This record gives sequence, structure tokens and C-alpha cells, in this order.
Amino acid sequence: MAAALEVLIWRGKADGRYQAFTVPLRESQTVLDVVTWVQRHQDPTLAYRFACRVGMCGSCAMTVNGRPRWTCRTHIAKVAANGRVEIGPLANMPPIKDLACDMGEFFAKWQRAKGAFAPSTSRRDPIERIAPATAPRLAADAAIECINCAVCYAACDSVRWNRDYLGPAALNRAWTLINDQRDAGQDARLAAVAADGGCHACHSHQSCQEHCPKGLNPVASIAGLKRRTLQAYVRGEL
Amino acid sequence: MNVRLYALQRATALVMVPLVLLHIAVIFYAARVGLSAADILARTRGSIGWATFYAVFVLAAATHGAIGVRSVAADWAGVRGGKLDILTWGLGMILAALGLRAVAAVVLP
Amino acid sequence: MRQRTRGHRQSALWIAAMLHRLSGVALACFLPLHFLALGLAIDGEARLDRFLRWTSNPMVKLAETGLVFLLVIHLLGGIRVLVIENLPWRDGQKALATVAIAAAAVAAIAFLVRAT
Repeated sequence: MAAALEVLIWRGKADGRYQAFTVPLRESQTVLDVVTWVQRHQDPTLAYRFACRVGMCGSCAMTVNGRPRWTCRTHIAKVAANGRVEIGPLANMPPIKDLACDMGEFFAKWQRAKGAFAPSTSRRDPIERIAPATAPRLAADAAIECINCAVCYAACDSVRWNRDYLGPAALNRAWTLINDQRDAGQDARLAAVAADGGCHACHSHQSCQEHCPKGLNPVASIAGLKRRTLQAYVRGEL
Repeated sequence: MNVRLYALQRATALVMVPLVLLHIAVIFYAARVGLSAADILARTRGSIGWATFYAVFVLAAATHGAIGVRSVAADWAGVRGGKLDILTWGLGMILAALGLRAVAAVVLP
Repeated sequence: MRQRTRGHRQSALWIAAMLHRLSGVALACFLPLHFLALGLAIDGEARLDRFLRWTSNPMVKLAETGLVFLLVIHLLGGIRVLVIENLPWRDGQKALATVAIAAAAVAAIAFLVRAT
């Protein structure tokens, strides 16, 4: 391996360019280390996001060599075998500046999919007991660890092609709530995911499941939503 | 795509799985044996079985194809709203009309 | 200049999904022609016979092979979607997708061999 790395970093907004930097190669270096080095030693005007830098918060997600990834958990050795790496902001969201993109629509779709818990009891009621091994709770638990990093949303071509499509993350969260027996908003949620741009706009490309850094499976969650909405439709509830 | 179109799309797909397999078998047979028009029409003319088989096939394919092309038109050609509905219905009707005409052509004595 | 963000498109599963979509569009374009050809029988079997003799042309046979491939690919792609949506999740789907594409190619080649 060369002692230096050639790094191309996106500068600007949606219309911009890749700017080349030469970065010293270090052992166990991550892509986030590289971006940070450039910002601190070469160009302080480079804009990027990060927080925990240990693979817990999802803030550092960017496009690395054309694929969306967490940069703090992407080792340079894995992606820059030939001494070059290309870094840009996440796809499917308008770049604000350089490597930071506007996630407003991503979160707006979360709300539109009714991805928020609607309580059915108050603080005056006893705490509801939820058995952890029931089928619905297991289904919800399998999908619950999402931290809305938007990697799946950035990898999804249906999101790219259909601006109404709610996207894998929002639908995955809706699925966890569909399976939550405490939630009182199921009718509205089912209607939201059964409408245009809902779960039926997913064509199972499976890019979301391939790229999720937490190993979640929005394809399976969305398949669950398709089954649930079909049942409701056949019963005349939708 | 919404739940109504989805239900129709998946239902017609399920219906067509056995129909397509049989159709492929027929194609292979006809190709191997080298059937002429007379041979084919002798088998299909006046046959309730073939009439039913192909009429169902045509209607399922017309529905399935129209809904499928609808998704592609919306995703890749940016067609939306009323225009999308016109495209879907239009394609479905054309396929159904041409298809049933073809079925009639080979089945009516 | 636009960003380069297509790296996710190398997966066998994405390719399977695209073949499914493209084969569907191709079949939707072919179907009206197929119906019109069969409709020639309305004018009597001689008319249809002339058309069928034209199809013995090798270029047409090649095209027909392509159509068989498209039909089988679309059928298998559709089964992939029905399985994902209705059966419990299984690992090893990428391998299955690749095998399905290969199976479609085999079916098409079998047709070509038998028909010529």
C-alpha cells in the first residue's frame, strides 16, 4: 500500500464537483478519520456530520465509492485497496453543503407513515404487560433497532424514482408499531401505508436490507405490511 | 401503487403461473413438432377448453401488464395523476381487445 | 457535475429485480404484436400459415428464443417477489436469484435447440 491516500470528496450542493486531496495513510484508519483529517489540516470549509464516531448514532452516514455506509465503521483498508476512495453525501436527499444533506423529507415521510407511537392508556392506568415471546412482539423487536441513519433510504431506487414513496425506514418503523399491542393508531397507520407511495410501491430490490448497518430487514417488514394491508382490504376495512 | 392495484396485480400473477407454464409447454410442443396453421387451428377451433384457457389468460395478462407498465411509467417517465390512469386503462383495454379478438380468431368455428 | 451514487446496483438481487421489470415492459410491447399475428386466423388459415412460415426464418427463431427467455425470467422474477412477500425470510437468496436467471437462460436455449 502507498503511504498516502488519494481522496475525492464532493464539494458543493446537488450540482458540484469532486475535489481531490492527498491524505496520509494510517493503520486502522476509517473513512471518517480521513474526512476529519482533511477538514482539520487541508480545508476547514469542508462540511460534514458525525457524533459518536463509534457506530452507534448513524450521523456519519455518507456515500463511499457509490454506496451508502457509516464512515466511522468503514475501514479504509476495505474500500481503498488501490489507494483511492470517493466520498459524497447520502443519495436521495438534497445536499446542503459538501457531505451534509437535508434529511427533512426523510423525517417528514416518517411522520406520514404514522411512524410515531399513539398511546392507548394514560399515566393513571396500570403498566401494560407485554410478553416478549409473542409473534407480534418478536416481529417488532426484529425491526426496532433502527436509528434513522437513512442509509437504507439512500440505497433505495424506488425512493429515487418515486418521490411519493415513504421509503424503507419509515415503513419499517410503521411495521414495528403495527405489531405493538399498546398502540391506538392502527387504523390511520394502515391507511397511510396502504395509500399511494406506501408499502406497495416497494418492488423488493432489497438494497435496503443489503446496506443496513444494523443488519435490519426492511424488506421483510414491508412484506409484513403488504400482507396486513391485503387482509384488511379483503375484509373491507380499508 | 396502492393496496387495490397491488391486490389485482398479485391475484392475476398467481392465476397466470400455471397458465404460463402450460403455455410454455404448448410452445415447446408446437416448435418441436413443427405445427402448421392448419394443425394449430384444427386443435383450437370449437374447443371450449382452449377458449376458456386463453380468454382467462388474456384478461389476466391485460390487467397485469397494464398495472405493471403503470409503475414503470410513474417511476421512469414521470407520468402522474390523471394521465397515469388514462395510460393504465388505455393499455389494459387495448390488450384485452386485441387478445380476445385473437382468441376468437382461433377458437370460433 | 452529479454525484456518483450507483454502487448499490451491483447486487444479484437488484439485477434480478431489474430483469423482472425490463422483461415485463418487453413482454407488454410484444403482446399486442402476438395478438395481431394470431388474429390473422380470422382471414383464414392460409393467412396464418404464411405468417408461420415466415417465422421459420433463423432471425425470427432467435427473436422467439429471446421471448421465451423474457417470459421465463419474468415468471421466475415474479415468483421471487411472491416468495419474499408471503413466505418466511430465508438466507441464500442471492444464490437463488442467480440460479433462477441461469434457469431462464437454459429454458431459452432449450427452446432454440428444439425449434431449429
